[in-house]
Amino acid sequence: MTEPSNKARISRRYFLTRLASSACGVALLGTGLLIYSRQASSLPAMALRPPGALPEADFLGACVRCGLCVRDCPYDTLKLARLGEDVATGTPYFTARHIPCEMCEDIPCVVACPTGALEKSLTDIDDSRMGLAVLVDQETCLNFLGLRCDVCFRVCPLINKAITLEPRHNPRTGKHTLFIPVVHSDACTGCGKCEKACVLPEAAIKVFPQRMAKGQAAEHYRLGWEEKQKAGGSLVSPDKEHQYTLPEGYRYDYEGQGLIKEEINKGTPFADNPLDTLSRPQQERGQ
Amino acid sequence: MNSVTRPGAEAVASKGWLAANKWLLLRRMTQFGVLLLFLSGPWLGVWIIKGNIASSLTLDVLPLSDPFVLMQSLFAGHWPETSVLIGAAIILVFYFLVGGRVYCGWICPVNVITDAAAWLRLRLGIKTGARIPRQSRYWILGMTFVIAALTGGLVWELVNPVTMLYRGLIFGMGMVWWLVLALFLFDLLVSPRGWCSHLCPMGAFYSLLALYTPVRVSAVSREQCNDCMDCYAICPEPQVIPPALKGADKGVGPRITGINCTNCARCIDVCSKDVFKFTIRYDKRTDSYKKLDQSEVMP
Ligand code: SF4
Ligand code: SF4
Ligand code: SF4
Ligand code: SF4
Repeated sequence: MTEPSNKARISRRYFLTRLASSACGVALLGTGLLIYSRQASSLPAMALRPPGALPEADFLGACVRCGLCVRDCPYDTLKLARLGEDVATGTPYFTARHIPCEMCEDIPCVVACPTGALEKSLTDIDDSRMGLAVLVDQETCLNFLGLRCDVCFRVCPLINKAITLEPRHNPRTGKHTLFIPVVHSDACTGCGKCEKACVLPEAAIKVFPQRMAKGQAAEHYRLGWEEKQKAGGSLVSPDKEHQYTLPEGYRYDYEGQGLIKEEINKGTPFADNPLDTLSRPQQERGQ
Repeated sequence: MNSVTRPGAEAVASKGWLAANKWLLLRRMTQFGVLLLFLSGPWLGVWIIKGNIASSLTLDVLPLSDPFVLMQSLFAGHWPETSVLIGAAIILVFYFLVGGRVYCGWICPVNVITDAAAWLRLRLGIKTGARIPRQSRYWILGMTFVIAALTGGLVWELVNPVTMLYRGLIFGMGMVWWLVLALFLFDLLVSPRGWCSHLCPMGAFYSLLALYTPVRVSAVSREQCNDCMDCYAICPEPQVIPPALKGADKGVGPRITGINCTNCARCIDVCSKDVFKFTIRYDKRTDSYKKLDQSEVMP
């Protein structure tokens, strides 16, 4: 081969510089985009994905932002995020306090999704997990204050499964019962109807994405009482009677109640008039 | 290139305004017509096409999906349902038949903005501007796939003005108007034809479909050319014209084979000598050569 002419050398150098400059420019653009995407893809706590949505990271790679789920939602629950909102632009979400999911039996949003970002394997809406309700404010919830609001419990589509009312002693009055709304994660779909219905100006019960609402027990944890039930008897065999050194007047029932104080005083632990309880002699109150 | 500020003025004089703007009008009618089919649902409650250009369902039966957006999703590691695959296949076949970047000239809403900027640039006689290599778009195209694979998300869709504008027009604009303004000013003041002809990876993607596309503009009457330069001035991708228009001596055929030709047919409109015509690539009567222009193909 002959020596390349001066002109060819210059044009090759020109070509290579242009190539390098495009490559660098694009790499720079890509880096900026990468950083921006981190920020733009974080889902705010109040935004819930439609039923059947893949885990958030997978969802962002699967959803093409077409809005077909939005169009087929008969209750206008779903919205496509607009540019400037703090949900990744174009992706579908809903806000429970605004319009909750009505849990349609035929799940039209999932049927409409062309990509599988909403999983077709979801056929029973009761199996969906859009989020998890949490009674976040025990200070303002009316039931915690001893009233019988019960509204979140009543509106729950899975009443008595996803939310139950648990009776507790009311220590304030000393003689009434609190009916505490308790959410069960094995049934709650995160539809948001409780949050929507909460009578307070700011809901005391709120639905959060699962990752925020749920803790996780360590892999190796075993609950003794459950293991015992599974095994059908004590795992420490033979089931030995424990001997505790207990103060006088106490005994221990290891099968059930645990520590029991032998009856000394004959009256009820709490008299109708709290003042009577207080004015009982001290050793009778067991202190 | 000489300074043409009103390309097509001669054509209007010789052919009349309508004939000199025929293809432009048809193009705008298509662009807005398709958009109206999408909008009749949310506006009038008559659902013809649901969704947006990323993926849609026409008359509740026909799925159509954008293959570029779907490719990002594939690179992100998601294997989709068949519906979106069928939709993308239909679109691929369609643009293979009519010309890849027909998408740009006849459907994409950004084209209206960038054409407006280019028109105003000519009118105001703005000559300055940054020169961006035309190949940048192919680098960016590659980058959108790499970044999807790295993050597992459709990252380009967070900034893609094409899908964002279309979605915005149908589902609510939010801050997209600012993006529109930015694009317009970028093309007007920063870089001539900067977005569509140099940067947009979506246009780059569709250009690859034009490699063997049958429908092409051809300089069938190139011997009539009087070197008025109007076609160069109006064309968003003027580098595709010379091989066809001036290649007679080198034995190059009159057909425009550059894959970045958007089949917008403005060259047909503005030519007062009626040099250009739409032809079918495999029609031997209008062709005298079979060689592809490789410089156009390779990024
Ligand atoms: S299940 Fe029904 S109400 Fe809930 S998001 Fe889907 S379509 Fe809307
Ligand atoms: S239908 Fe599926 S792909 Fe389309 S926006 Fe909804 S979740 Fe995303
Ligand atoms: S609706 Fe609100 S205030 Fe009433 S019980 Fe439920 S959480 Fe408490
Ligand atoms: S190059 Fe991009 S923005 Fe321009 S018309 Fe084509 S797809 Fe639209």
